[in-house]
Amino acid sequence: MKATDEANNKIDGDGLSVGTSGSGAPPSTRRGRSPAQIIWLKFRRNRTAMFGLNLLTLFYLVAVLAGFIAPYRYDNAATELPFHPPMITRIHVFDQAGSIHWPFVYGIIPEDVQLKTYRDDHAVRYPIRFFVRGDEYHILWVIRTNIHLFGVEEPGRIFLLGSNLTGQDVFSRILYGAQVSLSIGIVGIIISTLIGMLVGGIAGYFGGVVDFILMRAVEVLLAVPSLYFILILRQMFGTKQLSEHLCSAIQWMFGEGRVTSWFCEIVNSVFGGMSGSIQIYLIIVVVLAFIGWATEARVIRGMVLSLREQEYVVAARALGFSHARVIIRHILPNTFSFVIVTATLSVPFFILGEVALSFLGVGIQEPEASWGNMLTAAIGTRVLTDFPWILAPGVFIFLAVMAWNFLGDGLRDAADPRT
Amino acid sequence: MRTFLLRRLLAAIPLIIVVTFITKTLLVLSPGDYLDTLRMNPTISQDYIDQMTRLYHLDSHNVIERYWYWLWPALRGDFGYSFIYHQGVWGMIGERALNTLLLTGSALVFSWGVAIPLGVLAAVFRNKWIDKLCGFISFFGLSIPSVFFSLLLVLFAARTGLFPPGGIHNQANWEFMTGWQKLTDSVWHLVLPTVVLGTIGLAQFMRQMRSEMIETLSQDYIRTARAKGLSWRRVIVRHALGNAINPLVTLFGFSLSSLLAGALLTEFVFGWPGLGTVIYEALRDKDEPLVMAAVTMLALMLVAGNLIADLLLARIDPRIRLE
Repeated sequence: MKATDEANNKIDGDGLSVGTSGSGAPPSTRRGRSPAQIIWLKFRRNRTAMFGLNLLTLFYLVAVLAGFIAPYRYDNAATELPFHPPMITRIHVFDQAGSIHWPFVYGIIPEDVQLKTYRDDHAVRYPIRFFVRGDEYHILWVIRTNIHLFGVEEPGRIFLLGSNLTGQDVFSRILYGAQVSLSIGIVGIIISTLIGMLVGGIAGYFGGVVDFILMRAVEVLLAVPSLYFILILRQMFGTKQLSEHLCSAIQWMFGEGRVTSWFCEIVNSVFGGMSGSIQIYLIIVVVLAFIGWATEARVIRGMVLSLREQEYVVAARALGFSHARVIIRHILPNTFSFVIVTATLSVPFFILGEVALSFLGVGIQEPEASWGNMLTAAIGTRVLTDFPWILAPGVFIFLAVMAWNFLGDGLRDAADPRT
Repeated sequence: MRTFLLRRLLAAIPLIIVVTFITKTLLVLSPGDYLDTLRMNPTISQDYIDQMTRLYHLDSHNVIERYWYWLWPALRGDFGYSFIYHQGVWGMIGERALNTLLLTGSALVFSWGVAIPLGVLAAVFRNKWIDKLCGFISFFGLSIPSVFFSLLLVLFAARTGLFPPGGIHNQANWEFMTGWQKLTDSVWHLVLPTVVLGTIGLAQFMRQMRSEMIETLSQDYIRTARAKGLSWRRVIVRHALGNAINPLVTLFGFSLSSLLAGALLTEFVFGWPGLGTVIYEALRDKDEPLVMAAVTMLALMLVAGNLIADLLLARIDPRIRLE
């Protein structure tokens, strides 16, 4: 691995200094490197950035396979076992007599129901089995199965990272929560980047009054403390169905009529069948994206302002292409490298936004798991001091946000032509 | 200088109007109102509900009309009465606003107090261990969610007993304390929330300070100062620092809104009675006058903070003063 890395570095060194050094290496390594390849090669050399990328790949892979890796479903509650401490350090190989076994956990005996203390039942051993059958779940919403990566037989329980107030497995809920908390970052950034590119492109390209109005809107969005705005927006959506919101928005815009009722029907058929939790998820994404596009729009506007003076844009206009075509096909693609960097760096905003909303109780609702609403359980000094494993999701939020920051910083450095 | 400030002050008025208007719009558009809970209550007469509806124009769903009904008395200093507490809202949030101001102020002092020296050290000892440490701190500060950090510190406080785990002062003994005890008690309660809130901006300030300092240290006049025989310490403190700190003041204005937003979560976890918790609870209870007053207060604080940043900038940077 190391050897190939070094070899790569050598090739980079040559490849990047095209035209400065003399002959020697075969021409195939010095020519034909696209900008994307150069960025990737520079990125590869950045250790922290690669660490971030690898960590994120792992996280997202685990999130996709959450149902399989988690021993229990997110709402599987062993109500008689609240706040059981983590068992990750209680996986034994030797039993009391000292004889060796396949890794196992002991049965659990509640000792004090009030204080929620437990002791091991040395009489029963539950060996940890792979590919055991348990709760049903779907892989990628399609394949229905009940095989889990690992687990113990009923009535044994394995709480790798402890259990919460209702006796749900914290580890399993972290994996399911990753699906929500991590995907919101991606979905949100796609929406807000699209809005940002559109608004920034239009403002920068047309300039004048359009530019002035759009940029004042951006300034207001940037000046207002985002979390309050998010809360108030969230309040506006309330608990009503998303389809009703869209419907009334259309009614407000076009008034009653054929088009309105036709549109409402479509909206109802698309969103009506969705469960409440998905609707709340969508509302959160929309609310966060509504705030998040402002930074992007401002930066893209600045780039477009300079790009539109370039000869090729004038040429495109002279060829008679429409404004929309010039913006979308000719100008915006030139901002891509920058857009990707800013998008990567603003993913944490979405992850943290979801965490904040769910933590405050207006985001993802129980029994659905998200990293934010799992932390809500930790409010209250007694819970926190006696059962600190409740804070485990926080570690994962920290790691995910850090990895995105590493990745974004690495991309920025790699995309910077000066380095 | 005076025209500069006047222009800034005038620019603040549309901001406040837009912010309050958007808030009002969203509140009007949001489903249901406070009276819904009252209607459920059989002991409350229909007359009272009708009276409240008329008083606050809750029957009108015309946004501009509703905004005007709020704005006109508000301009004369009448922000109405809280639905829940039946008190004048402006009086209610005065103390809360002061608490938030105290928290954000001390957080700012903390983050600047740490960021500037560390940033300078990181720039001066570039690529040495202290630079690496600063890089680590800034990544930590950027990545740690304030919710998680607050909870960790509450855990720390509760486990060790070194700091109070929440609240603004010792509720039980507050009445019996002398002035000095009150002061130390308040400061004691302030430490942990300050650390959490200060860490949010810390990373950004430190990075900025470091890069500005590196830039400044490579200037010709620094070499000249060194060539004249001045000590490094004098060159850094007297010649470089003043110039490097300039963009940081601009950053201060921008960081204010994120600071106020971060204050909400910190206040929530630490049970700090500030503006953030007021807005959160008022939104939950659909207490419209209270939300509006608190948002106005927030916007005013934002504008005042930006104005202070401008004043500071004008003081440091002669180019603005002489404009």
